[in-house]
Amino acid sequence: MDKLPAWADIVLVPLISLLLAAVISAIVILAIGQDPWEAVRVMVQGALGSSYGWGYTLYYTTSFIFTGLAVTVAYHASQFNIGGEGQAQIGGLGVALVCLAVPWPHWTLALPAAMVGAALFGAAWAAIPAYLQAKRGSHIVITTIMFNYIASALIVYLLVEVLRPAGQMDPATARFPAGAALPTFKDIPGLNLIFDKKVPANVTFFIAIAACFAVWILLWRTRLGYQIRAYGKSERAAIYAGISPVKVIMIAMLISGGLAGMMAINNVMGEAERLLQNSAEGAGFIGIAVALMGRNHPLGVFLAALLFGFLYQGGAEMGLWTSIPIELRLLLQGLVILFTGALDNMVRMMLVPFFRNRAKEAA
Amino acid sequence: MTGAQDSGARQATAAPTSAPPAIELRGISKAFGSVQANKDISIRVMPGTIHGIIGENGAGKSTLMSILYGFYKADAGEILIDGKPTQIPDSQAAIRAGIGMVFQHFKLVQNFTVLENIILGVEDGPLLRPSLSKARKELKRLAEEYELHVDPDETIEELSVGHQQRVEILKALYRQADILILDEPTGVLTPAEADHLFRILDNLRQQGKTIILITHKLREIMEITDTVSVMRRGEMTATVKTSETSPEQLAELMVGRKVLLHVPKGPANPGETVLEIENLRVVDEDKVERLKGVDLTIRAGEILGIAGVSGNGQSELLEVLGGYARATGTIRINGQEIDLTGKHSDAQSRRHRGIAHVPEDRHHYGLILDFAAWENMVFGYHNEPEYQKNAMIMDNDGIVEKTAAAMEHFDVRPPIPTLPAKSFSGGNQQKIVLAREIERNPDLLLVGQPTRGVDIGAIEFIHKRIVELRDAGKAVLLVSVELDEIMSLSDRIAVMFDGQIMGERLPDETNERELGLLMAGIRDTKGAA
Amino acid sequence: MDYATLIQVLDSALRLATPLLLACLAGLFSERGGIFDIGLEGKMLMAGMASGAVAFLTGLVWLGVGAAIGASILFSMIHGLASITFRGNQLISGVALNFLASGMTVLIAQALFRQGGRTPPLTGNARFSPIDLPFAEAMADVPIIGPLYAEVLSGHSTLVYVALLAVPVTWWVLYRTRFGLRLRAVGENPESVDTAGISVVRLRYSALVITGILCGLAGAYMATALQAGFGREMTAGRGYIALAALIFAKWRPWYALGATFLFGFLQALALRPDVIERSFGMAIPVPALDALPYILTVIVLAGFVGKAIPPRAGGQPYVKER
Repeated sequence: MDKLPAWADIVLVPLISLLLAAVISAIVILAIGQDPWEAVRVMVQGALGSSYGWGYTLYYTTSFIFTGLAVTVAYHASQFNIGGEGQAQIGGLGVALVCLAVPWPHWTLALPAAMVGAALFGAAWAAIPAYLQAKRGSHIVITTIMFNYIASALIVYLLVEVLRPAGQMDPATARFPAGAALPTFKDIPGLNLIFDKKVPANVTFFIAIAACFAVWILLWRTRLGYQIRAYGKSERAAIYAGISPVKVIMIAMLISGGLAGMMAINNVMGEAERLLQNSAEGAGFIGIAVALMGRNHPLGVFLAALLFGFLYQGGAEMGLWTSIPIELRLLLQGLVILFTGALDNMVRMMLVPFFRNRAKEAA
Repeated sequence: MTGAQDSGARQATAAPTSAPPAIELRGISKAFGSVQANKDISIRVMPGTIHGIIGENGAGKSTLMSILYGFYKADAGEILIDGKPTQIPDSQAAIRAGIGMVFQHFKLVQNFTVLENIILGVEDGPLLRPSLSKARKELKRLAEEYELHVDPDETIEELSVGHQQRVEILKALYRQADILILDEPTGVLTPAEADHLFRILDNLRQQGKTIILITHKLREIMEITDTVSVMRRGEMTATVKTSETSPEQLAELMVGRKVLLHVPKGPANPGETVLEIENLRVVDEDKVERLKGVDLTIRAGEILGIAGVSGNGQSELLEVLGGYARATGTIRINGQEIDLTGKHSDAQSRRHRGIAHVPEDRHHYGLILDFAAWENMVFGYHNEPEYQKNAMIMDNDGIVEKTAAAMEHFDVRPPIPTLPAKSFSGGNQQKIVLAREIERNPDLLLVGQPTRGVDIGAIEFIHKRIVELRDAGKAVLLVSVELDEIMSLSDRIAVMFDGQIMGERLPDETNERELGLLMAGIRDTKGAA
Repeated sequence: MDYATLIQVLDSALRLATPLLLACLAGLFSERGGIFDIGLEGKMLMAGMASGAVAFLTGLVWLGVGAAIGASILFSMIHGLASITFRGNQLISGVALNFLASGMTVLIAQALFRQGGRTPPLTGNARFSPIDLPFAEAMADVPIIGPLYAEVLSGHSTLVYVALLAVPVTWWVLYRTRFGLRLRAVGENPESVDTAGISVVRLRYSALVITGILCGLAGAYMATALQAGFGREMTAGRGYIALAALIFAKWRPWYALGATFLFGFLQALALRPDVIERSFGMAIPVPALDALPYILTVIVLAGFVGKAIPPRAGGQPYVKER
């Protein structure tokens, strides 16, 4: 197969994939008798047309950065972590337990504690599939999916039977103490000049950006990252070099689960301020699309998370103001994963003739 | 091109000499991108003869045969079968034209029976039963006619390699092949199995079959073929009658100049014992004993060469010493015992004990092909303090610098540290691995197949470096299936067979024949040396 | 548990095992041919929606089944395009198709019926009705075997019997026909097939067509027999459970029957907390029962119930060697 220049592979392949996904979605919208242009207009207006829209877009972006990074770290160890959804839900449990444990005086104290709780619980939920993969070769894709289902059952049980305060009807924990409330963009000096309405985007956004940077350092600047990437490329070579597969799989998956769990400080602590059923709302799965689209690089993950933040918020507005169901988002998500992750060779082949002609002209 | 025409001397039982060639290739060319794999190749193979095609790795032999078997389409040229121009667009067409191929890596389904493998693709109808019973009868006939006995109901994974190869030959014969192509058939065989194969081939020739034997081993060409064609860098450099040529002449034709069969090196000056192995045993996952009590010692300043047909325990020996296979027994380095099963039995611990390892298979073990040269240059030594900036962060810039120097020192071309390993040629990849392992100045260097898939120029360089390390007072354990390499590099030769050391010899006091007997498991070599 | 209750649970187990069995056999064809298929779930979902919609619109259940098979094969072919033709990542392709199905089914059902992504309830000929096996009534009074025949085995819809029949048929195709031989070969060592002059690509696509048909039947059964209409996410992970059952069954048809029936039995138990409470003398929370099949799947995958060797060439795209 002819080769594309490296930049085209990194930049053009995801963009063309996105374009293909958009075109197919447009066709589907037409097929169900709606107007795709109207859909785009509503999405752009709703997600990017006001600071209020941006406040939601960036809120979703924050969640997707965490889940996207989670998939990325696992990917570099050649593990496909589809369990981000369950890990994020259990991370939410960790956040809730921390926030409800003490009457926190100030968010600056509550946040680090909640981050630890979120990461630990998320990592713990990834630990069993990781262990089974490392030690017994159980297919991590299927076990992590199973753990998503088990997580929701567990959360339902805990919310209904254990954590629900007496007298409360809906299955949820009690509201977190006021001292555990994270400042939203409206509360942050400077940002409040732009965000004058109450928006869900909160300080977690900055933690997410820091996480991108940390993951980049981890993967490309540390010994651990070197070992993770080496193992991910070739298990046999890793053993020759004295890199323990069990250790790499476990550590990479624990970091991955921890990152997915950290998402909960955004939605559970930053927005809902209590733990609800199905708190992750599919963000764990969107992480797969985000990581693939972002070519498993933290910078790419950030950009892809921004894009999906837009699609998510825009899609919600679209569901509100047009007759197009909100599930269009799932369709887009599936198409992006399909084109960037499975049909990427097809996209490359589409681009090859273009570059071949250019090479000829240059010669 | 004259040799092929009058090679009728040994084919009295076959067609008369006036018959057209069984296969004729005219002007075959094939390019992969910018690489010209085959350039204007013509040969004629007479029916009832064995025609050898000899050449180094990468000379284009396999490409040529793949064209003949319909795997690739030639860019130019034509193929004539029995004098008739024939198109071979796919393997089905090759089978129809009476061509059977025995690949170097067998194309058998491991968990199928022999019978199922035989009928795969040539079933007589949508239901299996009639095909199976017909094949059973036919197999019995073939077995008697050609002395090719295999149990039809055994599954392939239960068969020895030699028997698996027989199944491949039977597959071709069942498809009524008149022309049989064998690609490096002895690479995986013991000498005894190889001898048996040659008897079978001789038998097939007697029965009028035409055979093309592709190999890079001169001995085989001399032993069995009627005519031989030599390939070099995609071109056919000569076709001669085997009886009228010599191994030296063929070797020269293969490489284009006199081969340096002897590496220039002074006498060894052995010092203290570096490596002592006692009663080393390895049992693999399938509970098969791969090493059956190996004893070896190597002293500083000497090269111990391990000769043997591949698969007789050499790989396991390297793996145990390299720290990625479990074993029982004792290994001492510089007098101190090393941990064979516990916490310190991994490859990292071995490196700390001064053992460096150039693995047999550099693509799958020695390098991460997607990693840049500089990342590969610390592979296995990535935890060493000299490559760290602080407790967490690696000193990437420093590693790039050191890599540039090492590449210069080992003449790696192009000397660009940021290039991924996969974009270097085989020889330069091997130099990267060698540079990494030798630059660490180990007490013991393990080297497996140092020159496999490496071009002649690089071979000399690599041999020189290994000798230099010896002269610097280090111990070297060399494993190679190339007997020439073992004979010319080693100061002492140990021969392995079936997981055991059959004997040790000094290179000056032995010869290929004696080593060959030991490699076949025959200890009594009186009269051979 | 008394015998009458056991009969009830077994009856419900067979019902619940049917879609698992069909999906499991679907996965068997695909994986025996060397293609991993995580997308069983999505195909079942698409099939469920297609059958629910078409059966409602035409009033004919068999047309619904046809539509289900069509929709499922379509998805199968996309999977083939990604994993065979373009040699993409088979896991990712399957995951993508599952998301695609989640979105697409609701989108289409909503556009057609505007009932929140469901299809309207099916009645009459738009739904499969139970069939009584011959002599069911006469056999009913025979002790022990009678109720087993009359109540567990008899009285299901056609597709249950189709699924049960699919087991020996699959076995026969796999081990007694030319296609089966080649299919097993292509999943173990595609080179052996290629050098024999048979198209690897065509064989693998054929396998995926069969996978599509069987998933189509599984989805159709969900929407037109097990339930009366399609509901969003109605497959609830059955595609994944079927994959676990496939591993449990070591990729063999008769074992698949046993494995899926076991999972069906667990699902049936989860529906009867009262039975469990009576049998074990304590109440087990409903969510724990719901999670039971998933937990068992993990245990199966962990290999605590026997190690399985998958087809050797599974999951890797076939590239002709140079």
